[in-house]
Amino acid sequence: MEIIRVKNLHKNYKKTEAVKGISFSVKKGEIFGFLGPNGAGKTTTINVLCTLLKQSSGEAYLDNLEISKNQSEIRKRIGLVFQDTTLDDYLTAEENIKFHGYAYNMPKNLIIQRTENLLKMMDLWDRRKENVRSYSGGMKRRLEIARGLLHLPKVLFLDEPTLGLDPQTRRKIWEHINEIRLKDKITIFMTTHYMDEAENCNRIAIIDHGKIIALNTPEGLKVDLGGDTIQITAENIPEAKKEIQSLKLSPTIRDNNISFQVQNGGEFLPNFVQNFKQKIHSVELRRPTLDDVFISLTGKAIREQNQNSTEQMRSWRNRRGMGGNR
Amino acid sequence: MIKEFFRSIYVVAYREILRFIRERSRLISAFLMPIMFLVVFGAGFNRLIGEISPGVDFIQFMFPGILAMTVVLGSLFSALSIVWDREFGFLKELLIAPLSRTGIILGKAVGGALTASIRGLILLIFAPLIGINITPILVLKLIPMILLISITLSGVGFVIASRMRSQQGFQGVMNFVFFPIIFLSGVFFPLNSTPQIIQTLSKFNPMTYGVNALRQIFFNNINVINPNDKNVQPIGIEIFGHITTIWENIAILATIGIILMITATWMFSKEE
Repeated sequence: MEIIRVKNLHKNYKKTEAVKGISFSVKKGEIFGFLGPNGAGKTTTINVLCTLLKQSSGEAYLDNLEISKNQSEIRKRIGLVFQDTTLDDYLTAEENIKFHGYAYNMPKNLIIQRTENLLKMMDLWDRRKENVRSYSGGMKRRLEIARGLLHLPKVLFLDEPTLGLDPQTRRKIWEHINEIRLKDKITIFMTTHYMDEAENCNRIAIIDHGKIIALNTPEGLKVDLGGDTIQITAENIPEAKKEIQSLKLSPTIRDNNISFQVQNGGEFLPNFVQNFKQKIHSVELRRPTLDDVFISLTGKAIREQNQNSTEQMRSWRNRRGMGGNR
Repeated sequence: MIKEFFRSIYVVAYREILRFIRERSRLISAFLMPIMFLVVFGAGFNRLIGEISPGVDFIQFMFPGILAMTVVLGSLFSALSIVWDREFGFLKELLIAPLSRTGIILGKAVGGALTASIRGLILLIFAPLIGINITPILVLKLIPMILLISITLSGVGFVIASRMRSQQGFQGVMNFVFFPIIFLSGVFFPLNSTPQIIQTLSKFNPMTYGVNALRQIFFNNINVINPNDKNVQPIGIEIFGHITTIWENIAILATIGIILMITATWMFSKEE
């Protein structure tokens, strides 16, 4: 079952073409990710899907409704969490949530019940009477996710949901997102330029310069790249190399290491080690990362392109904390 | 559609009032600034100037003007809070909700008008201290007038706000819009005794009609008592030799208000 269907979508700003004809569909209940550098057209596409922008041409359907023609109906069906917070700092968490409930015309008792459920799930219930001003970045993001879910949307849009947060907070937010998805059977559409975050998606579309250049599961994208890399050190390197060649693999030697590519390295490795006749000192299995996929598809690393000033600070903050994660 | 429109007004106005109550500093400044004006200007100039009309001394003359100023200050600020909302992101929360754009703008205006009325009513507490009698009928007449002034002047704020992207513009707006609106409206002095150029400019200022109408509500009997006394300056604005009555002031104010609001909602709905 498809919940979002996009056909040949174009969006032009005055002179630039931000989205150059993309087509894709999102299945009900999946986490669908848009991965790409800043300025690739991710946010523009999300803005079209959530009625904030009108497409220049092409079609976009959500829940079988043409988005630009059914704005009000679409808005009731979607929840949004933007890159930058959209909370009212001067109100409490509870007031922010309740305001959302009124704005979406929810019955009072449902607002009360959902508010309690969601704030408890997000670990914010004890601090619901506090002004949002006193919240940390991670708490604000959790509150926004709770608010985005209040009106029981069919699709939750997350635009860079963990941008600028520390790794611990990011992990926590992902735990929450996964919990919600299983509980409410909701579809999640997200954009990110963090590779490790994209791993959480069921399917990823890689977008660059306004076009989708690949669309697959994270595993599928990596397999397309030619599989995993295995690297060994052996007592007798030339002999070991010969034996590997006899397995119809193409090993390369560098710094006394032999490395070669195989599909599905995890399954290949136990058999390989058991049956190998030469003495092996060490074995290393390296799975390709989405970074590798992105580089091979676009010819450049995703981060090289994030050079506007606020972004620089954010990515610096993240890179600093991310080392241990990768 | 219609239901969505009214819900938008209600929801947005509700938040404006909630925030007004929340922000102590706004509440206190709304309260203190007019008192300061009344005390400093009133007490200082009152002896120097004496009676403006028979039975109306300077501080009494100024009181309706200060009331109008309080209201206008509040409504301009609430209109400009849309810039604040835009900068801090909350506007997006409103724009993606199933709410009507016109309703959002009108909700801001209504919320601003209601909070301005609260400020105005607080100020009325001080009226007896300067010898102005407050009767329930007077209050009943003042409230709709305050609401009208507030909504019209917030229109000015919205038109400016629709073009502003950051709060830095706030200061400029205060200097170039708020002060001329206040000083060219006859809050502090009777316009009849000012140079021709100021009189002409003041006729294009919506607030002039608001201040005038408020004065007519407060002192409506002055001209009636002494219709033939040439020394008594009638309260009203001279347009082509005709002195406006209160109903004409209200009509002019409402017309300007409607034009401003239509312009503002049109500019706002154009925004993507």
